[in-house]
Amino acid sequence: MPVHIMECNSLTKNYGTCKALDSVNLQLDKGKIVGLLGPNGSGKTTLLKLANGLLSPSSGSISIAGNSPGVESKRIVSYLPERTYLNEWMKVKDIVAFFDDFYGNFKREKAFEMLESLGLSQNDKLSSLSKGNKEKVQLILVMAREAELYLLDEPIGGVDPAARDYILNTIIKNYSDNATILLSTHLIQDVERIFDEVVFLNKGQIALQGPVDDIREEKGCSIDELFREVFKC
Amino acid sequence: MQWKLDNNTPLYLQIADKVKLGIVSGEYMPGKRIDSVRDMAEQTGVNPNTMQRALSKLEEEGLLSTNRTSGKYVTEDTTLIKRIRDELAKKYVENFLASMKQMGFSGDIILALVQYEVGKGGDASAYNGM
Repeated sequence: MPVHIMECNSLTKNYGTCKALDSVNLQLDKGKIVGLLGPNGSGKTTLLKLANGLLSPSSGSISIAGNSPGVESKRIVSYLPERTYLNEWMKVKDIVAFFDDFYGNFKREKAFEMLESLGLSQNDKLSSLSKGNKEKVQLILVMAREAELYLLDEPIGGVDPAARDYILNTIIKNYSDNATILLSTHLIQDVERIFDEVVFLNKGQIALQGPVDDIREEKGCSIDELFREVFKC
Repeated sequence: MQWKLDNNTPLYLQIADKVKLGIVSGEYMPGKRIDSVRDMAEQTGVNPNTMQRALSKLEEEGLLSTNRTSGKYVTEDTTLIKRIRDELAKKYVENFLASMKQMGFSGDIILALVQYEVGKGGDASAYNGM
């Protein structure tokens, strides 16, 4: 059994002459909630896409539980992309049934329970939902899977603060001891309390990585403040 | 309800302090089982590893102990609880004194003010111009 759920070795991704990721070495342990933080264009989404096999590395490698991203990894990875891909004409309950058919580890009851707590009706059409509510549905679908690795790209960006708290608590509640969550966000202040570790990306390279409480102890400030300091414009 | 935590200092230390306060104030009774790490993490709004680290700290101090099958318990050692309560009290008094002295109050005036506030005589005149 591989020790790390995700491992990158000298992972590099170029878009033409632009280096989106530059020799990234990163290991993620099981059972951790990891914040992936960095300014716009630092390579966060590229890293998450590489982990899902939506992009392939220019050089170096990335593995999920010991395998290259592919059929095996997709079974254990639950991915929330930055953009919504759900069919607008579907009703909420249709899309839940769709996920239930598609993924063996999808828990239907869990999805319905979360939908109800957030006041979302199963009979609503996706096209009738607001942007924030669509985001909620999508995140619920992703969190209702019993995955080993959750890759969440900006999960709470368009969600109101009250629902944000609920969603963060849902994340804490639903992830099991051997699951890992890698979560990219700009809303550091709201989310940092749930992190074990953070990874700071800057221009495609890892600028800083470590357990959040150690960083707070060492730097004497919050992760949000540290971010503002490190990436000051 | 979520606990109010300050993101500027390690969360596990703040949580350990709050639970400690709960133990010395009797909110968590000696010998009683406390909620599971997972439940407490949910109540607090932090991740279970952070909660585990906070509770481990209290285990090291002897205030909590783990029973392998049934969870974590508050110590039955009331002498230890009392000692820790006294330590905390001393810390609070010291912090209070440090703040008062920083504002320029002398020991005598602080004493008079405290006596006044607890309703044991004292002298409130220090509030109107030291």
